[in-house]
Amino acid sequence: MSAVKAESVFPRLEALLPLVQKPIQYVGGELNAVSKEWESTTVRWALMYPDAYEIGVPNQGVQILYEVLNEQPDVLAERTYSVWSDLEALMREHGVPQFTVDAHRPVGAFDVLGLSFSTELGYTNMLTALDLAGIPLHASDRSDEHPIVLAGGHAAFNPEPISAFIDAAVLGDGEQVALEITGLIRDFKAEGSPGGREQLLMRLAQTGGVYVPAFYDVEYLPDGRIKRVVPNRPGVPWRVSKHTVTDLDAWPYPKKPLVPLAESVHERASVEIFRGCTRGCRFCQAGMITRPVRERSITGIGEMVEQALQATGFEEVGLLSLSSADHSEIKEVAKGLADRYEGTNTSLSLPSTRVDAFNIDLANELSRSGRRSGLTFAPEGGSERIRRVINKMVTEEDLIRTVTTAYGAGWRQVKLYFMCGLPTETDDDVLQIATLAREVIKTGREVAGRKDIRCTVSIGGFVPKPHTPFQWAAQLDHETTDARLAKLRNNIRDDRQYGKAIGFRYHDGKPGIVEGLLSRGDRRVSAVIEAVWRDGGRFDGWSEHFSFERWMRCAEQALADKPVDVDWYTTREREFSEVLPWDHLDSGLDKDWLWEDWQDSLNDVEVEDCRWTPCFDCGVCPQMGTDIEIGPTGKQLLPLTAIGAGVETLRA
Amino acid sequence: MARQPPVRDVAPIVQKLRVRYAKRGRLRFTSHRDIQRALERALRRAGVPMAYSAGFTPHPKISYAGAAAMGSASEAEYLEISVTERLSPDRVRASLDAALPPGLDVIEVVEAAPGALADLLQASEWQIELPDVSAGQAAEAVAALMAETEVEVERMMKSGPRRFDAREPIVRLAADSGTTASGAPCAILRTVVRHATPAVRPDDILTALRQVAGLTPPVPPMVTRLAQGPIDPESGTVADPLAADRASVGDAVAADPHPR
Repeated sequence: MSAVKAESVFPRLEALLPLVQKPIQYVGGELNAVSKEWESTTVRWALMYPDAYEIGVPNQGVQILYEVLNEQPDVLAERTYSVWSDLEALMREHGVPQFTVDAHRPVGAFDVLGLSFSTELGYTNMLTALDLAGIPLHASDRSDEHPIVLAGGHAAFNPEPISAFIDAAVLGDGEQVALEITGLIRDFKAEGSPGGREQLLMRLAQTGGVYVPAFYDVEYLPDGRIKRVVPNRPGVPWRVSKHTVTDLDAWPYPKKPLVPLAESVHERASVEIFRGCTRGCRFCQAGMITRPVRERSITGIGEMVEQALQATGFEEVGLLSLSSADHSEIKEVAKGLADRYEGTNTSLSLPSTRVDAFNIDLANELSRSGRRSGLTFAPEGGSERIRRVINKMVTEEDLIRTVTTAYGAGWRQVKLYFMCGLPTETDDDVLQIATLAREVIKTGREVAGRKDIRCTVSIGGFVPKPHTPFQWAAQLDHETTDARLAKLRNNIRDDRQYGKAIGFRYHDGKPGIVEGLLSRGDRRVSAVIEAVWRDGGRFDGWSEHFSFERWMRCAEQALADKPVDVDWYTTREREFSEVLPWDHLDSGLDKDWLWEDWQDSLNDVEVEDCRWTPCFDCGVCPQMGTDIEIGPTGKQLLPLTAIGAGVETLRA
Repeated sequence: MARQPPVRDVAPIVQKLRVRYAKRGRLRFTSHRDIQRALERALRRAGVPMAYSAGFTPHPKISYAGAAAMGSASEAEYLEISVTERLSPDRVRASLDAALPPGLDVIEVVEAAPGALADLLQASEWQIELPDVSAGQAAEAVAALMAETEVEVERMMKSGPRRFDAREPIVRLAADSGTTASGAPCAILRTVVRHATPAVRPDDILTALRQVAGLTPPVPPMVTRLAQGPIDPESGTVADPLAADRASVGDAVAADPHPR
């Protein structure tokens, strides 16, 4: 299929490595990495996380797909990450193409380039990779010899801004659909690739689970809004559905997590204990698009934790999910694991954001066998009113009770996460964060009986996301966001009694505007992304590389002949009747329900969690044919012997 | 009530083991910190009963000595680990080697004799491959450098640029002809350098060769540490630092002490 030779570029790359920063990130050779002969495989995937290696290598999505695909004897999956600008310049100078870190094969030689987008800020990095790989930037310029460029990850729920650059997008859980796509490509190649690229994309589109942007036309109204999105050839479905894995125990991946030599942002093994969340926080795209809740069983968790520790030697295991304390058997899981790993210097962590005292008990339990990490809670909103707007059902009493327990149990520092720029928010809502933090320190000093306790307030700008009740909301402009944050900072800093005990971390509002443009953008935003990239835009998720000025300048030029601009995409509130760019992409959520929830939000009306109250008809389960999959199972952790048990074979 | 470090049963050290390992091929691009992390994880996977420090953040007791800089390969890196049970050095060698990624290879493990490992690592023998440089060019430059008694070079340290003498610690330096891994002809330098402060590294010697004789390799050289240990003042050669350990225990069997 490909015209690019699959031989290793390592000899050429090796000569460049002494000249760049942190060369280890480009050499591969991670523990548990897979190598296969090119010729022994028929379907070949290059998997990319479009950010630096240190960010990309721990990504669970990529690790899961890497393993699931490589378990197939005739399938090869290799990984590729963004190269830093020092190596990019040398690669251009010496004609070295974008390569995989596994066998250093050119990305252009693979059948599929699968990109996982956790965030929209990786879009410019995708363009660098395509360009270095020799793949035309525009999908319309590609021919049979080029890989299919496929986007996945949360940002793929609105891939319209990158529709010019990708051939296809997949929504939702990737495990099963990656194998289905592999099967289609395998058959297609076995038949001699009849009809070439166009026909392969057609076969993918006809499944109803792969979105091929080129097969849809977007028509606009004179005022710039979308008139309609229609399939432009027969056999293409009107709507494309997300994918949902229902039985997590049947997919215990990654079984052998990658252990990089280079330092990465997560130096630990991760075990996903459930997927989905129905807490119903209205700002949270992850919670909305991953419904319903599907738990991994206590026994499945126990096996995966032990397997990961054995396979990696990591000192820490994170129990991942969107709200880990909500697992129906979390208490038994925590106690069982703490018992099993007592005395082995193994830490267990729960990236917990729920504000209640039960979390502290869990944290105490988990820190028994290893190091104690910090405690983090996310009240998200400063006032009771704004927390009702966002459906974060936490009262001030809840928070104070929780931190009282924490400080009483010997924790010295808690971190509190908030957002600024939420719908209906006023200065006062944000200033109440300072009041809350003061109350936390005051209570903490009382229960701990000492003055050296601390609380860190971390706050960033809110970005409305597709497929959430806030998808219609106006985003707050960055000037107002920054002014509000400055008022909060001054309010905290000027407090003589408590100010020094409160840390304040914030992200300014400018990157949020670009994220907002890319999150809720449509096909016209592709031109902005390309202009920014051509102007040198790279690594937009890194503050030292991000240039707001460049994004605004390029957007103005690229959208000059259109009736829309950055404000139109970001700070404009939408009406119910407006066709949204992602309306033809089905996350299972009923648009009427989302609108009702948006209206409830404006009226300060809260919605319960459907795991313990009746269904409130968000639409996902009937639409997707799925169901809530939760325990309790009543089972126990298997009494496995913990790591370090191999010592008898080493004794003198 | 001040928070106390958790009271843990800190198992006593019953044995110290010295490890010689190699850093080969593409893994020469690992930094010392990368190797530390890889080693700690490999020790856990291998089930080695490490002694830990006490306190809030217990660390396994490992002492590293004179690690080669990032970018240099090595056949002679050394470290010492403290364990809480008496172990067979040879079994530790095999299982630790299996637990490390290929390219970080454990060559030998011996039970430590009294004395500090660092004191034994007095000098290093290096091999420096210079692709696209002729042996004659290299020999001329070497002769010019060795004729000097002092050659000051500058290197960027964490604290800023620092100037020091790169000539005095050089015990031996000779040029020869050879071929690179890909079969291309190249000049090969062999040198024995006494460990000084700051340590004179192969790149400092290359800087000195450039300053004294204008030798400028067109492509980055390939540097390998061949040996590290006590220096024999008579012959100017580097001896095996684990010889004394081996003699005092007697039962350690080296897998392949000199793989080249």
